[in-house]
Amino acid sequence: MWPDRPNAADLHLPPFGGGREGGTHLVTFYILRRIFGFLVTLLIAAAVIFLLLDLLPGDPARFILGINATPEAVAALRLQMGLNDPAIVRFGNWLFGMLRGDFGLSQTQKLPVAGLIADRMAVTLPLTLVAMVISVVIGLPFGILAARHRGKIVDTALMILAQTGVAIPNFWFGMLLTLLFAVTLRWLPPGGFTPWTEDAWASLRGLVLPSLALALPQAAILARVMRTALVDVSSQDFIRTARAKGMTFGEALWRHGVRNALLPVLTILGLQFAFLIAGTIIVENVFYLPGLGRLIFTAISERDLVLVRSATIILVLVVSFTMLMVDLAYGLVDPRIRERRA
Amino acid sequence: MRVTKSLALAGAGLLLATGLAFAQSSEIRVGAPLEPPALDPTAGAAEAIDVVVYQNVFEGLTRIDQNGAVQPGLASDWTISEDGRTYRFSLHDGVTFHDGTTFDAEDVKFTFERILAEDSVNAQKALYEAISAVTVIDPLTVEFTLSRPDGLFLFNIGRGDAVIVAPESAANNATDPIGTGPFAFVQWDRGSRVILEQYGPYWGEKPALTKATYVFIGDTATMTNALLAGDVDGTYNFAAEALPVFEGNPQFKILVGSTEGETILSTNNAKSPFDKLEVRQAMAHAINRQEIIDGATYGYGVPIGSHFAPHHPYYIDLTNTYPYDLDKARELLAEAGYPDGFSATLKLPPVNYARVSGQIIASEFAKVGIKLELINMEWAQWLEDVFANKDFDLTIISHVEPFDIGIYANPDYYFGYNNPEVQALNETLNATTDEAKRKELAQEMQTIIAKDAVNGFLFELAQTGVWNAKLEGMWQNAPVEGVVLRDVHWVE
Repeated sequence: MWPDRPNAADLHLPPFGGGREGGTHLVTFYILRRIFGFLVTLLIAAAVIFLLLDLLPGDPARFILGINATPEAVAALRLQMGLNDPAIVRFGNWLFGMLRGDFGLSQTQKLPVAGLIADRMAVTLPLTLVAMVISVVIGLPFGILAARHRGKIVDTALMILAQTGVAIPNFWFGMLLTLLFAVTLRWLPPGGFTPWTEDAWASLRGLVLPSLALALPQAAILARVMRTALVDVSSQDFIRTARAKGMTFGEALWRHGVRNALLPVLTILGLQFAFLIAGTIIVENVFYLPGLGRLIFTAISERDLVLVRSATIILVLVVSFTMLMVDLAYGLVDPRIRERRA
Repeated sequence: MRVTKSLALAGAGLLLATGLAFAQSSEIRVGAPLEPPALDPTAGAAEAIDVVVYQNVFEGLTRIDQNGAVQPGLASDWTISEDGRTYRFSLHDGVTFHDGTTFDAEDVKFTFERILAEDSVNAQKALYEAISAVTVIDPLTVEFTLSRPDGLFLFNIGRGDAVIVAPESAANNATDPIGTGPFAFVQWDRGSRVILEQYGPYWGEKPALTKATYVFIGDTATMTNALLAGDVDGTYNFAAEALPVFEGNPQFKILVGSTEGETILSTNNAKSPFDKLEVRQAMAHAINRQEIIDGATYGYGVPIGSHFAPHHPYYIDLTNTYPYDLDKARELLAEAGYPDGFSATLKLPPVNYARVSGQIIASEFAKVGIKLELINMEWAQWLEDVFANKDFDLTIISHVEPFDIGIYANPDYYFGYNNPEVQALNETLNATTDEAKRKELAQEMQTIIAKDAVNGFLFELAQTGVWNAKLEGMWQNAPVEGVVLRDVHWVE
């Protein structure tokens, strides 16, 4: 479809792959520094989470036993829940427990937190991934198309569409989807989740509407970011050089523009992944999905402190890890960064 | 050959289809707004626990029916001694727990000793503190000795907090409940649903349903869609604001019944200026009950004038003790020394009826000069601040315990009402078992509490269930917490 691929070096375009020789130890240093930052983030987050939850008003034991409980029963439960130890002891126990891979026992559900979170991840992770794929598949091509026809009617139409997509709240869009596809047409379930082991097909069907509801606003954001980045890139010298070499604007954009515009897109993708993992609670509520967001929300209102803090630290872990990966991916996409930062 | 084969296939298909049709007619999916944190009704106060397990998975010695009357449960009958302090129960024979172990008098003894133990975490321990001994006479006879007569004893042992558990399984009931009920616990997909199935060897009459799934849907709009799409067959108490969607729809029926929830503007009687009778009377005169009922319950609430359920035989109508009268309210405020009114806070728990009632009351009180600052709170925070630490002026809350007028005899209770006359009456009432005498005492208490305007008495919460029109046998009223499936069945 495209004419012969020109040699990047001949055209003095920014190098795409493999950096210069001798940069290996610099790369290692770069990665090590990132990982150190990652660990420090985790430790600070753990301290902040613990402190905030400890300051939160509301006695977990009183919450479980309600308003008719005798003071003795509340005291007995506090003892059983280990709430009477000093804060520093509980913080230490929690940290060392986690180092051994023990995230504690949920105070209300009496089950290991790690298992509870793993169960919810079986919903949240596929939901997030499907939503990401949908938003990339819709968002990036639309963004490229808009940039290519910059200032034309296609561009305006697409950007109005994207603006609408950004403005529509995902839970409301989810309700509209339910009304159409579940209540009126009855093609898909209105919500709920069948465990994968029971009927994988039903599980997948249950994820269609929620992932669509999640993906649309994300796709709209991606499209706008992609367009802006491409428009920026298209005024750069190397695009002009490519045009001078005889490429059409579209070809130049496709061959040299897109890859150079990927950095901001990658940043947004990382943020979106983090947002979707932790922030799907409203959509989970609309589709009554047993996801991570609802687990944490319920745990907060029930003052299940062990569950809240361990689940939150796992989220911090996932998000910081994603950011670490994005940072490292910058280096892969753009060797200039790798070298400059190191 | 080929023809026979396809005929056989068609036959199999037909069988499958009818099989499915049959399966449909003996299974139910119940929508519930809250997921229980655990499934042991003897170790937590959450209503969501009883909704799933009460009388379905677990049973007590007695059983409360949907009108609030006491019926025989695991005890087939009982005798009460002359002084009202000894109860002898005969137990049903051939009862087994869902793990196959046999139920007998030892389990009863174990259950109540567990409730009363030092390290007990039973949410209603105080209800059973009159029990001084549980004696096993023989495997099918058990005797309770009380330290004082207790007019509510038979009712209290029928509640979810006193269901019979077995020593072999009690420790795991939070996650794997083992009871003697008509339905056995099968599976709990956390965040999503609990599945119960009919227990084959059940000792009593078999229920019509073979399988029941509780689906947890917190959002009202979502529950509406789930009902409309047929994903759930009904829900036992649905938000009143969503009921118009189902009114007039022949596929659904709405069951409006009573609950034990006296909703009150709870007032800190121990704190100035609420320790002044005139101030409380003024507030009572400033409350437009009907406006609050229409606004906060869409007209489904029933007005109350004291702390007592209108459907109870002991109830007397005291709603006219302090009729809505703003001039009278201003007059009383002036008498109390607040001619220009005063400022106070109103702390509201996270329930719709409280939040809406709070706004209406604030605008009503403003008319007589009482300026309320509304403070929205989470449950855990409300429990600690308002209930445990008594750090509040006013709050709105529904007291859902059955027959709970006794809270007015406890001066340490959060609203701080201290009246020796009521305390003496309550003591007599507790020790009285004669019905006529009890009624008289209860009515006297209701009257004093109403006249003292202890709290602002607003309305009795209604239970508004939405069910598939082809379902029968659901409880209309909610005399205790629970969604009892025993009699639920499909009709054509």
